[in-house]
Amino acid sequence: MRRATPGVADGPALLNGTLSIVLGWTALAALITLAILGLWVAPPDAVQGDAQRLMYVHVPAAWLAYLAFGVTALASVLYLWRRTRSPVWDRVAGASAELGVIFTGLCLVLGSMWGRPVWGTWWEWEARLVSTAVLFFLYVGYLALRRIPGPGRAKRCAIAALIAFVDVPIVHFSVEWWRTLHQQATVFNPDLNPEIHGTMAFTLVFGVLAFTLLYVFLLDRRYTLETLEEGREERELEQAIAERTGTAELVDAGGYTATLALRLRRARKSLPGSGGETSR
Amino acid sequence: MSLWREVWLVAGKDLRIEARSRVVLYQILPFGALVLLLFAFALDPSRGLLPRVAPGLFWIAVLLAALLAVSRAFAIEQQNDARDGLRMSGLDSSALFLGKFTAIALELLVLEVFLGVGVAVLYDVEVGSVAVLVLSALAATAGVAATGTLYGVLAAGLRVRETLVPVLLLPVVAPVMLGATRAWEAGLGGVASDGWPWVGLLALFAALYTGMGMLAFGPLLEES
Repeated sequence: MRRATPGVADGPALLNGTLSIVLGWTALAALITLAILGLWVAPPDAVQGDAQRLMYVHVPAAWLAYLAFGVTALASVLYLWRRTRSPVWDRVAGASAELGVIFTGLCLVLGSMWGRPVWGTWWEWEARLVSTAVLFFLYVGYLALRRIPGPGRAKRCAIAALIAFVDVPIVHFSVEWWRTLHQQATVFNPDLNPEIHGTMAFTLVFGVLAFTLLYVFLLDRRYTLETLEEGREERELEQAIAERTGTAELVDAGGYTATLALRLRRARKSLPGSGGETSR
Repeated sequence: MSLWREVWLVAGKDLRIEARSRVVLYQILPFGALVLLLFAFALDPSRGLLPRVAPGLFWIAVLLAALLAVSRAFAIEQQNDARDGLRMSGLDSSALFLGKFTAIALELLVLEVFLGVGVAVLYDVEVGSVAVLVLSALAATAGVAATGTLYGVLAAGLRVRETLVPVLLLPVVAPVMLGATRAWEAGLGGVASDGWPWVGLLALFAALYTGMGMLAFGPLLEES
């Protein structure tokens, strides 16, 4: 399998190539096993029937959302702290937030599909749903901010990630006060006495593990992509600067006015932020 | 120069600009009032719905107006490279934050007084506990102003700031919207004691983000 790997000049890779491939295949195998366990091996729920099987993907998706945003916050702190500051943390924060938004969205959609047969509605104005929706939008905003290039982007994004992260518990508790209807957490309920047993519990825990593997694999891939993109942008910039310096030498030599104008125009076009990118 | 003098210097500058340009008075305030009027079109007044949902409508109108106020507060720093002036003024960055914060908060409070009267007249609500209403409004305003100032400076140098600030700010102030609405429901006709936990939550939110703003304003202003 041919994979794109960042060059040495682009910065360190998160995982080494072999490990990443092994992780990818393991995650795939785990997800297939999860599908078999969830769809055939685990028994249908006594009350909810087959609809309850959605739990085996809904709960892991919710777990990943929190894990991913936690990683984003941690990486942002590591970026802001001078002693650990490195573009690595900025990329990890961005990659993790993207995954978090995807899995939060997945969690909402799956929850909605589950709610339809069980609660009778696609959407219920209930505490955990509402706070998950707010969480989704908090990080959609963060991703919107990340897309804007320019100096200081990494620091700006790291601070924004922390502003959003501090809000998560406040949103959670305020909405919790407001209304509560969602079933209480099943495994980690306050008494720490799991209410489900046997195959169902095993499938759920296995699902969380499989999704976590998938998360680590995707995080590494997204990180690598980000590294390659940044490397490409830098090379393009260098090339554009080289072209400009070339034209500068022409000025020194005098003459060649027509060539100079043409080259300048070309250089300006290839410089990011100076040509067609006025909208940013 | 003490911190408070520096804060007042920055806030005074913004308020003086406002007193001369009257953008809040002539543009943002009418906008808020217009929103209140449009709500009456959306929710037919004859069904008796308006008095019941008045607290929520009031706070939505305030939030929308706050977006404009934040945008305005940083637009004035955009002209004549005023931001460089702020950066090089030698004032403490937490004083800069508190100054901008104070100016936005005071403008919002004036706005709330007018919109509050508007709600009372247009939506026919009865005032229960004035203390709950006033304290929750103060705490909520501080929360909105603190987060608004933070995101305002964060987006200040970016060309997309007008569209970026709402998408960043609105989800973060969702708990303020929730808390202030519940507190006002308690203060208007509801049981006043139900409002106090929400006032506490709003105060916590405001304190947390004011602290964060004082820490983050300097680095953000440097980069903007």
